[in-house]
Amino acid sequence: MSLLTVTDLVKTFGEGDTATRVLRGLNLTLEKGQMAALLGPSGSGKSTLLTILGTLMQPTSGAHVMLGVDLTTATDAEQTAFRNRHIGFVFQFHNLLPDFTALENVIFPTAIREGRETAAARRRGADLLTRMGLAERIDYPSTNLSGGQKQRVAVARALMNAPELVLADEPTGNLDRASALQVMELIGQINRDEGTTFLISTHDEKIAATCTRQIIVGDGQVTG
Amino acid sequence: MLYALKIASRYLTASKAQTALLVLGVAVGVFIFIFMSALIGGLAEFILSRTAGDISHVTIEAEEIDPVLLLALPGEVLLAQETASETADLREAAGFIPLIEALPEVRAVSPQITGAGFLRRGTKVAQVTVTGLEAGRESAILNLDSYMVEGDARLRSGAVLLGRTLVDDMGLALGQTVVLQSADGVEVALTLTGIYQIGTGGGPDRRMAYVSLPTARTLFAMPQGLSRIEIKLFDLYAADAVTLRVEGLTGLPATSWTEDGAQLLEALKAQAQTGYFLKTFAMITIIIGVASALLLSTYRRRPEIGIMRAMGASRLFVVGVFVTQGALIGVLGGLSGAVLGYLALLPFPTRDAFRSGTLPMDITQGSYGLAITLTVIGAILASILPARAAARVDPVTAIGQ
Ligand SMILES: Nc1ncnc2c1ncn2[C@@H]1O[C@H](COP(=O)(O)OP(=O)(O)OP(=O)(O)O)[C@@H](O)[C@H]1O
Ligand SMILES: [Mg+2]
Repeated sequence: MSLLTVTDLVKTFGEGDTATRVLRGLNLTLEKGQMAALLGPSGSGKSTLLTILGTLMQPTSGAHVMLGVDLTTATDAEQTAFRNRHIGFVFQFHNLLPDFTALENVIFPTAIREGRETAAARRRGADLLTRMGLAERIDYPSTNLSGGQKQRVAVARALMNAPELVLADEPTGNLDRASALQVMELIGQINRDEGTTFLISTHDEKIAATCTRQIIVGDGQVTG
Repeated sequence: MLYALKIASRYLTASKAQTALLVLGVAVGVFIFIFMSALIGGLAEFILSRTAGDISHVTIEAEEIDPVLLLALPGEVLLAQETASETADLREAAGFIPLIEALPEVRAVSPQITGAGFLRRGTKVAQVTVTGLEAGRESAILNLDSYMVEGDARLRSGAVLLGRTLVDDMGLALGQTVVLQSADGVEVALTLTGIYQIGTGGGPDRRMAYVSLPTARTLFAMPQGLSRIEIKLFDLYAADAVTLRVEGLTGLPATSWTEDGAQLLEALKAQAQTGYFLKTFAMITIIIGVASALLLSTYRRRPEIGIMRAMGASRLFVVGVFVTQGALIGVLGGLSGAVLGYLALLPFPTRDAFRSGTLPMDITQGSYGLAITLTVIGAILASILPARAAARVDPVTAIGQ
């Protein structure tokens, strides 16, 4: 069974004459364990697709089913609980909570679910940060980290609740080549070791080449 | 909600100067609230102790006998004036005293015989109002003891207490003998055993003479009965209710001090209302201050709120974070304001030592608990609007990809 399917996905911003049809009947299926790159020109709707897949935005029409759950009909509270449990995010900007340490940021998704920061969560958070090569930065205030370090903390946080799917919107867009490749290397390792599915939007062909599947969006549809 | 508390306190400690200012603002509001409570309460206490504290709160008095209409001619009315010496008496009243004393609201009871008389020493004569008090209860209503400037307030038989002004006018000295004559013509020789000074000259210091109850009986030819029973209460606002109970209990006519003190009560009420008004404004200031500060904070933290929502924080959790911030500010501001208020009130004299010329601040009437409670509730209410705004933040636009 596939992890995720969207059918005839339509997203229109605005109404009437100023309406912008960004997604025009998009179909996509992701299989468990895939590491997919999402490519396409600027304005083609990559971010729009990722936010809909992440239940952060409702499509105008179409079906969105993940793990057998119809997410288009779910309430806000159901969607919130669903993405906490099954979806991890890595964004390009504004990723970490500035007043918290690296570890506190990483364990946030678990603390939200459990209502407090447990010792077990702290252990798992520290493990994940160590795997990201940040053993020395565990208790650092997040604002004192470099851009590449911040993105690795964000990846650790996205993995915290062991989600089936991680959505990353240009996670390396702000990084130099070395840091970008380091982040992709770590993502690749997690994908191989734990079978986590990744969908990563990028403009960078070299980054896309590190993925096992390339999805190209154009004209509001998947074109390849 | 433990986790919401952690995030809320982290947010507050993250911008220490801003939080300190906000807490200070709340504390100042609480300080004003407490200061006003202590001042209004103290003023009321002061005014009451100066007026109603030294008087009878409930008085049982024989009904005045209406002047008898002797003769009515066209255009002319002739009345027979009741002489003051023919004191109306409460024949059975003495028997009710233990009953009245047993009432839980009653602090003290003073049976009295009163009448008019003349004080004579040599060629000097003065008209006085004579009050016979029971020995041992001299200070039950008017605290004579506290006003004594010479001698003491104990009314032994054959003793008389006079005011400073009268004593000076008559050229008397402690231990000397004076003659007191009632309007009935009865004369007794009395020894001046105490001199009091209540005011600064006139009134009681010039016109009153206190004698023992047996002396008054002789003077006014009242072998039994009383002319009046004065009752002092613990709570002088209970006077109206106690008056009704006493009337029911004894069948005797009683009056409450509020009948004559209505104007005083009105003034005190108006004063209390001014206090409520100012206190309400202090609270409104607190609420506006907290609400605007938190609203600014929700705006500043929009991206973070977006991230939290994306990570699976519910709207309720976001509301919790901001309401908890409001509550924390309320608790901190309320407590520090209460401590500040208490410390500021410490140098003022206690309620028993109020003097005219100083602010009669009553440290025991600061309403500290009420101030803290209202502040916490107010701060929580103030945080609801910002909290709702925060919960409505759209993660997609807030993260702004
Ligand atoms: N909230 C919105 N209201 C109106 N139009 C929007 C909104 N969000 C996105 N769009 C429009 O939708 C289109 C797709 O935007 P989107 O951000 O998904 O593109 P993208 O593929 O991620 O581009 P990029 O590679 O530059 O990030 C754009 O034309 C954009 O202007
Ligand atoms: Mg984009």
